[in-house]
Amino acid sequence: MKITVAGEKKEVADGLTVAALIEQENVETPEYVTVSVNEEFIDKEVFDCHVLKEGDEVEFLYFMGGGAR
Amino acid sequence: MRITIKQTDFDMIYEHALKESPDEACGLIAGEDREDGVREISRVYILENIDHTNEHFTIDPKEQLAAIKDMRACGLKPLGNWHSHPESPSRPSEEDKRLANDSKASYLILSLMEEGKPVLNAFHIESINGEKTVRKEELVIV
Repeated sequence: MKITVAGEKKEVADGLTVAALIEQENVETPEYVTVSVNEEFIDKEVFDCHVLKEGDEVEFLYFMGGGAR
Repeated sequence: MRITIKQTDFDMIYEHALKESPDEACGLIAGEDREDGVREISRVYILENIDHTNEHFTIDPKEQLAAIKDMRACGLKPLGNWHSHPESPSRPSEEDKRLANDSKASYLILSLMEEGKPVLNAFHIESINGEKTVRKEELVIV
């Protein structure tokens, strides 16, 4: 099936989960990555069971934060 | 790495950070990594600090997503983020280092500690053998 990952169209295996896609894309420090699918943020707890569908648009976002101390 | 930022973008960040002070202000930077090795910031995004405190910032992920899409639509590359330190120097805090997890990003920090004398520096932060290492980058206002 075809999905879009970070703006790039890709052919991926049917039944691919968000967790498997993170691994496949070699995402750096995945524990700090937020994932959106079709502009909906996906809970980390369901990365393993959220199955992607044909035409999905996936974005990986790094948590952006910090502190003064 | 040499990084350039436009004077107008610097002014925009400074004005916004002053307005938000004493809370920290934050946003994203975008542009291109040129063939001559210069990282050129051509667009600065002012985004909401959803923590609204003087000691911490978190960029609103929804605004972050919208900014990333805007960058892509404009042919720009995400280059990192910026935030202000209203009451402390322009250097990454322990929390900044802990939460810097993109080794390709530049992290810009604007200090407002000295009234009327804003200091903006850029840093590369990378995890090497489990330890965060910080390198100051050359930042030029053009």
